[in-house]
Amino acid sequence: MFFDHFNYWIVVILMMIGLYTVMSRSNLVKKMIGLSLFQISVFLLYISMGKIEGGTAPIVSNAPDAVYSNPLPHVLILTAIVVGVATTALGLALIVRIKEAFGSVDEEEILSNEDNL
Amino acid sequence: MDLILDIGTWISLLIGSFFLLVTGFGLLRFPDLYTRIHAGGMADTLATAIICFGLALQSGFTLISVKLLFVVIFVFLTSPTATYALAQAAFVAGLKPKLDGFEGSSIKPATKNDDD
Amino acid sequence: MEEFTDIFLMLLLVAGSLAVLYVRNLFVATMLLSAVSFLMALLFVTLDAVDVAFTEAAVGAGISTVLYLGTLALVGSTERPRAKLSVIPLLLALSIGGSLVYATFEIPAIGAPDTPVQLSNLTQRFVEVSPVEIGIPNMVTSVLASYRGFDTFGETTVVFTAAIGVLLILSQKHVRRREEDEEEQNGLKPATQSHGQVGSPHDLIPHVVSKVLIPFIFLFAFYVQFHGDFGPGGGFQAGVIMAAGFILYSLIFGLHITKKILPLKVVELFLAFGVLLYGGVGVVSMIKGGNFLDYNVLSADPVAGQHLGILLVELGVGITVTAAMLAIFYGFAGRAQGRGKDVN
Repeated sequence: MFFDHFNYWIVVILMMIGLYTVMSRSNLVKKMIGLSLFQISVFLLYISMGKIEGGTAPIVSNAPDAVYSNPLPHVLILTAIVVGVATTALGLALIVRIKEAFGSVDEEEILSNEDNL
Repeated sequence: MDLILDIGTWISLLIGSFFLLVTGFGLLRFPDLYTRIHAGGMADTLATAIICFGLALQSGFTLISVKLLFVVIFVFLTSPTATYALAQAAFVAGLKPKLDGFEGSSIKPATKNDDD
Repeated sequence: MEEFTDIFLMLLLVAGSLAVLYVRNLFVATMLLSAVSFLMALLFVTLDAVDVAFTEAAVGAGISTVLYLGTLALVGSTERPRAKLSVIPLLLALSIGGSLVYATFEIPAIGAPDTPVQLSNLTQRFVEVSPVEIGIPNMVTSVLASYRGFDTFGETTVVFTAAIGVLLILSQKHVRRREEDEEEQNGLKPATQSHGQVGSPHDLIPHVVSKVLIPFIFLFAFYVQFHGDFGPGGGFQAGVIMAAGFILYSLIFGLHITKKILPLKVVELFLAFGVLLYGGVGVVSMIKGGNFLDYNVLSADPVAGQHLGILLVELGVGITVTAAMLAIFYGFAGRAQGRGKDVN
């Protein structure tokens, strides 16, 4: 009974830690790391939905009555992981240019520099 | 026969876990970066080899044991190299090892003194 | 009893994430994020998602860490100290978390065989018919490359676009010299002159070990690429592993030598070639009379046509992902080199 929804509670905890990191930290790289944590928690949510008790990986084996876990969430999360790293790369490239243009990657410093101009 | 293999696997897993636990203690309790790298690099590799040997006992003479053997060979090659690269990068960046009783020693990076 | 392994791993995950949140040195935060990705890959294995675990370990703990470290080398790695606890984000996170936990009680139990996810027609089709209709053992590859091939085409295009975007943003035009005072704050000067020169005696061990291991990395990448039909693997994982081999070579031997072996123009060519190969398979199947990306018409026997289509399509994905990761790495490393620092 306790183990029925444990994965989902961990998903919610990780998601909120990622969200809090994005919202409360002013360093841009820390915000990207929080976003990565958020994405990781969503992957766990989908994969937990596809699991069957007593199943194995969705690769056809010669056992006659094998139960396979659902392959559809695996495909969706495979795509999501690759798209996540693509957007992370683009975000980090933008952070490098922000540092060169504004002199800092701290959000509050950038805003106060702009106010002082 | 199965019982002997099971006992062998249990003993290997327990010994490997003991070495990993010792590594964890070392990483926390050692005073300096270089000693911590020493703890982390050595016992970690040994524990991996012992655990993989225990797993190979379970799967017999199949392809899986050959793959586990390759994993052990690659870990033996890469883990000490990574330890060396880490220690050398720290030394060149200027982190001096903590040497008791040698306060004010004149060891500087990028000279030919050996440091261990 | 197996649930205890899962519970232990998940609690480690939460501990790692809290550490990522509170640590102020961003190098440490990046390494902790990489450790969290590895733990997540282990958790995926216990949840029977072996392909996803492979991809998460290769991409999340490999390439993503390299990109973060490259960025930190360019922007500085200490976070400003926070004065107080921020109340509004905490209240927001707690309230959203509370309502989500309340909602999870409506979700069916994990592992139950009668949830709507398991009972849908798609699942029955994929699990029962795909070994006959497509004929390859790995159901995830058959769904990824054949049934949802159009989605994978879009994903390949997203990777292509990200690489083009990074090349546009970070290409080596007029790099203004900035002071390196961020690194001096840590008290350690950056490793510049003596380390990283090709031929320095200190680099002998990494040189020799890399020369032994890099061919095996490429061999493993080819194995994962072509064995993706029969076991965990496929285009994405193979592309990332191949790119990791080149990145290792570049870190040990220097970026200029790697650019002589694989210049940026060749990487851009491969980047476009992969996407064109994927689209080309679709166009050829249209020419032969079927729909776009309908592999049944590619050969006389539909199952052989599916095999050929999946092989070519995964090859296209692998080529594009390799070139994209390499192009992104060239962008970051070239920027660091333009500032007079070696990326090590």
